[in-house]
Amino acid sequence: MARMVTTRHKVISTVAAWLVGFLIFFPILWMVLASFKTELEAFAIPPSFLFFHWTTENYVTVQERSDYLHHALNSIIIAGGSTLIAMLIAIPAAWSMAFSPTKRTKDVLLWMLSTKMMPPVGVLVPIYLIYRNLGLLDTRTGLVFILCLGNLPIVIWMLFTYFKEIPKDILEAARMDGATIGRELIYVLTPMAVPGLASTLLLNLILAWNEAFWTLNLSTLEAAPLTVFIASYSSPEGLFWAKLSAASTLAIAPILVLGWFSQRQLVRGLTFGAVK
Amino acid sequence: MATQQTQLLARTLLTPAVALLFIWMIVPLALTIYFATLHYNLLDPGSESFVGLENFRYFLTDPAFLASLQNTLVLVGSVLAITILLGVPLALLLDQQVVGLSIVRLMVIAPFFVMPTVSALVWKNLLMHPVSGLFAWIAHLFGLPAIDWFNDAPLFSVILIISWQWLPFATLILLTALQSLDEEQKEAAEMDGASALSAFIYITLPHLARPITVVILIETIFLLTVFAEIFVTTGGGPGLQTTNIAFLIYSQALIQYDVGSASAGGLVAVVLANIVAFFLVRIVGRNLEA
Repeated sequence: MARMVTTRHKVISTVAAWLVGFLIFFPILWMVLASFKTELEAFAIPPSFLFFHWTTENYVTVQERSDYLHHALNSIIIAGGSTLIAMLIAIPAAWSMAFSPTKRTKDVLLWMLSTKMMPPVGVLVPIYLIYRNLGLLDTRTGLVFILCLGNLPIVIWMLFTYFKEIPKDILEAARMDGATIGRELIYVLTPMAVPGLASTLLLNLILAWNEAFWTLNLSTLEAAPLTVFIASYSSPEGLFWAKLSAASTLAIAPILVLGWFSQRQLVRGLTFGAVK
Repeated sequence: MATQQTQLLARTLLTPAVALLFIWMIVPLALTIYFATLHYNLLDPGSESFVGLENFRYFLTDPAFLASLQNTLVLVGSVLAITILLGVPLALLLDQQVVGLSIVRLMVIAPFFVMPTVSALVWKNLLMHPVSGLFAWIAHLFGLPAIDWFNDAPLFSVILIISWQWLPFATLILLTALQSLDEEQKEAAEMDGASALSAFIYITLPHLARPITVVILIETIFLLTVFAEIFVTTGGGPGLQTTNIAFLIYSQALIQYDVGSASAGGLVAVVLANIVAFFLVRIVGRNLEA
């Protein structure tokens, strides 16, 4: 009897979960389908779900007409560059706070967190003017720099929570054996820190890839990453749905894959360790 | 000796990050405060003059400010309500025994990884278009009139899109919290004959209180400055109906080139965000000690 109830329970929750999951995922699926339709079919009523003339023509046109690869490359450079630089600055800082904490470490951490709370729009005006005067508007350097600063607090926080979990006894043991700090870093700390480093890197790549405030405001064409490129589809209504879908599918596909790998770290990184 | 050396090294390693973040926080903010006291329009160069608090008076008494403040609050409040009221049951559902749970979880989490400009445009065109959108076709199937979403209910349309983006975030955090709930506690309640409902009210809900607070605070921080979704769908319109504080500041700065007024607005946004940040930092800080 009890077993019957459990099985029924399982069937019901499975069906419900799949249904809800499908509904939530549907807009993405619908977009991917539209990217394989002709413009006419993408716009057609009633819509065709699977039985349409599948074509990859949109993907070709998107590249030919609007130089998709140029913007994809911008995205890669901006997201990758800002994440790497942020990591280079954050690793020593997080290492130092996790392994040689002082009385003020907690305050420093919370202060870093509070810089992330500043709404970007609050400093839009000065940043825009500074960038204009320095000739950094619509440059990849400018965007790398600003996204790096924007994500730095999250990177430091994530690394800190990972580093703190590395048992200190091991480091002490290494020190007793006469390991220098350099050796300690390379042979003891690094192997234990790699998983944390990898997930921090991943999450911040995703955040930087999808960043759509600074990229929209500080770049127009030359340095425009995919967020801005997609936004350019907002004006001509209707006729470009299939191409919009193709460009969008290409823009989100790599990040969707990375994101799925990093869902656990997402919680940790975005809640600053408040929920584990 | 060794410890002193270590301390020095630790401080050296920390300095670049602290210095950069300090500059990043102080310089633009100081400039914003400075600009906010100036009459400064980029279209009228050379006319900068000190006007004291005039910009604040102008910004705060501008009818557009009240409208955008209201829109901001409605937007933040609605998205919070939707994502939590749907997120809790969804997290509970995903915490059950579900065949193929990992795939379901992938589907649920996916919208969070879609860049804002993509989700906004896909919803606006493919789903919500009054003639050729999927919603219009579904309404037609049920014999209902199609809704012209962005004309008849522009703010609600934006809220819908943003809720779709943030529901995965709320669900994922609540699910993580649920999974850390002690199984034994639940079983004990079951053995004591507690109904599923009372177990939910007395055990699960109190356990979720903290993650829900965290979701509220973090979402609020991001939602206060929603920008891209409005930028690509409505451009703040029709009229001011979807203009939030962030978009108002943007349009004053980069469309009207009114640096002074936009800066004053920026400071208002900073104050708003700080009220929320104050509570979030306290919660995180408490956790840091535990």
